[in-house]
Amino acid sequence: MGALVDLGTFLQHLINGVTLGAIYGLIAIGYTMVYGIIRMINFAHGEIYMIGAFVAVTSFTLLIGLGITWVPLAILLVLAASILFTAAFGWTVERVAYRPLRNAPKLAPLISAIGMSILLQNFVMLTQGARAKPLQPVLTGSFTLWQGEGFTLALTYIQAFIIVLTVGLMAGFTLLINRTSLGRAQRACEQDRTMAGLLGINVDRTISLTFVMGAALAAVAGVMVTLYYGVIDFYIGFLAGMKAFTAAVLGGIGSLPGAMLGGLLIGLIEALFAGYVSSAYKDVAAFSILIIVLVLRPTGLLGRPDIEKV
Amino acid sequence: MSTTLAHRAKDGALAALLALFLSVPFVGLYTTSTDQGLSLATRWAWLPVIAAIVFAGRLALGFATDALARRRAAGPLIDIPEETGRKLGRGLVLAGIAFAVLLPLTPLSDRYVLDLGTTVLIYIMLGIGLNVTVGLAGLLDLGYVAFYAIGAYTYAILSTALGLGFWVCLPLAGLVAALFGVMLSLPILRLRGDYLAIVTLGFGEITRIVILNWQSLTGGTNGISGIPRPTFFGLTLDRRAPEGERTFHEVFGLTYSSEHRLIFLYFIILGLVMLAAYVVWRLRRLPVGRAWEALREDEIACRSLGINPTASKVSAYATGALLGGLAGAFFATRQGFVSPESFTFMESAIIVAIVVLGGMGSQVGVVIAASFIVLLPEFARDFSDYRMLVFGAAMILIMVWRPGGLLSGREATIRLVPRAAKKKEAA
Repeated sequence: MGALVDLGTFLQHLINGVTLGAIYGLIAIGYTMVYGIIRMINFAHGEIYMIGAFVAVTSFTLLIGLGITWVPLAILLVLAASILFTAAFGWTVERVAYRPLRNAPKLAPLISAIGMSILLQNFVMLTQGARAKPLQPVLTGSFTLWQGEGFTLALTYIQAFIIVLTVGLMAGFTLLINRTSLGRAQRACEQDRTMAGLLGINVDRTISLTFVMGAALAAVAGVMVTLYYGVIDFYIGFLAGMKAFTAAVLGGIGSLPGAMLGGLLIGLIEALFAGYVSSAYKDVAAFSILIIVLVLRPTGLLGRPDIEKV
Repeated sequence: MSTTLAHRAKDGALAALLALFLSVPFVGLYTTSTDQGLSLATRWAWLPVIAAIVFAGRLALGFATDALARRRAAGPLIDIPEETGRKLGRGLVLAGIAFAVLLPLTPLSDRYVLDLGTTVLIYIMLGIGLNVTVGLAGLLDLGYVAFYAIGAYTYAILSTALGLGFWVCLPLAGLVAALFGVMLSLPILRLRGDYLAIVTLGFGEITRIVILNWQSLTGGTNGISGIPRPTFFGLTLDRRAPEGERTFHEVFGLTYSSEHRLIFLYFIILGLVMLAAYVVWRLRRLPVGRAWEALREDEIACRSLGINPTASKVSAYATGALLGGLAGAFFATRQGFVSPESFTFMESAIIVAIVVLGGMGSQVGVVIAASFIVLLPEFARDFSDYRMLVFGAAMILIMVWRPGGLLSGREATIRLVPRAAKKKEAA
């Protein structure tokens, strides 16, 4: 009897963890792609995700004001708006803060990324206010997977939506990278930017598109988080960005499947640790596991070993 | 490479259009919380203003870049011989030190200036410490604030719980931080580059979260208050001394002024900074310092030459952590209060920014960058709300303008062939 409830609780934590992991994974892809192609940590990526969430809140409010309340249509429109604006922000960030530093010493883009992160955070705080934005629930209800003994194992519609959309996006993305000419150009730039340029690939354009794609995925994650938690503020980008970056490194930075795996793992660790041990120390658990994994496998779970050349 | 005005105008117009587009969901539309949930409001009137500012800014930036390129092509403004240049540099450094020492005695100084000067010096101390790890040894540390926090909390706990004095706790706090530095450096010896960065970042966050949650030791979010102030050879700088002791102003026959303490604190941190700068400056010439610089340039070459990378990395971390811990201890005694809020990732980022903005490895650079980073938000006070916005933008602009930092010199401290001789050889 009790064992069944225990199993049910475990499964519930698992569902919550996978949902969280899906969101982290989507943000992590942005980190990993940018890192793969220009070898820099895009510290402002968390802020891009935060911008996606804010556009989502604003457009949901706008749609409610216009009377568009049919949920699938509303979500579709919000996704479109968020992707459009957030991608534009991603493009601009690269253009303003990183492109002039393409051939600069390694730490220069990192500092300008930190500057960009401060800039974006304060821009949103000044224009939208520092207080948290509570959005009224858009999508409510859940599938009951199992019921009995005073316990219900539930998958909310939002969780289902997040998981299905993430799987779809990741499948589409893998195809994009592996099958299309844009993906081929990206992989070529990742291997050798100079050579790719010599072979007629527009390197600047490819890098810009990488930022746009990363930002678009972060925007989707932003919409999801708005739906899932219902409350956002201008500071959410920092922690989520850090977790997602951890996920990208855990999976092996530069590796697309690695980012997804890392995101999933970080989400699961967080949910299970919060559920069974201590919610206050869940971030400690995530970082500790990262450190242990890196000590054992210095290039992450799925990362290629770095061959050192003299 | 001159570009026509029409081209510049077109470029500016495109930038303005983009800014207009990006402003729509943030400036044009905004949400406010009301009783019925969120409601939407607009301020479209701002959009043309923003477009105009971006257009003008982009034009100005374009012309500035052109002017800069022309300047660079024309060669240096005045050709300073190397020997004179070095003398001039040394003179400036001495003048800077003299200024720092004399500042509290000038009529310029008041409570505000002293307080600000102390803050600048704390950041210089942190910059010097991190400069050892990042600038000299080339190990990117994004969690440096952990050592700062460990130093501050060690000091706070030792002095409040055990009642030890400032001059005992200060070195202890430094040593504890150094110990943590050694502990952190051991598991990460194999990591490089960005993996190293994320692990150090994780370490910083773990430290903060542990401090936040270890209620019984650290007081959690409330922090630790009532940290004793340093004493001047056993004389307190308070208005009244405890039973059986005497105060500073009584002994020296001064009238009591709360400014005395500020001046005293200022001189303590100034002394610490000068000591740290001197020690690091000397360390660079010792084998261990040379090993750091060699490690930064090429780890494999180091190994082949018989330099022990493990020992070098551990000593670099320990030295950096020691200085961070000392800065933390001083911070704790100055504030009289510590809480986890002071030790966020943003602090780490700012210290890294000081090192990189100053030019990696340059101590003078650290001084300039720390002054800049602390003073800019102060001067921008008139813009109050906008100051962090300006701060972020300034960081980007400086990096784009000088990617190597303000004083970029990645020169090895020691060279086999003197610079002058090398030049002659080349000629």
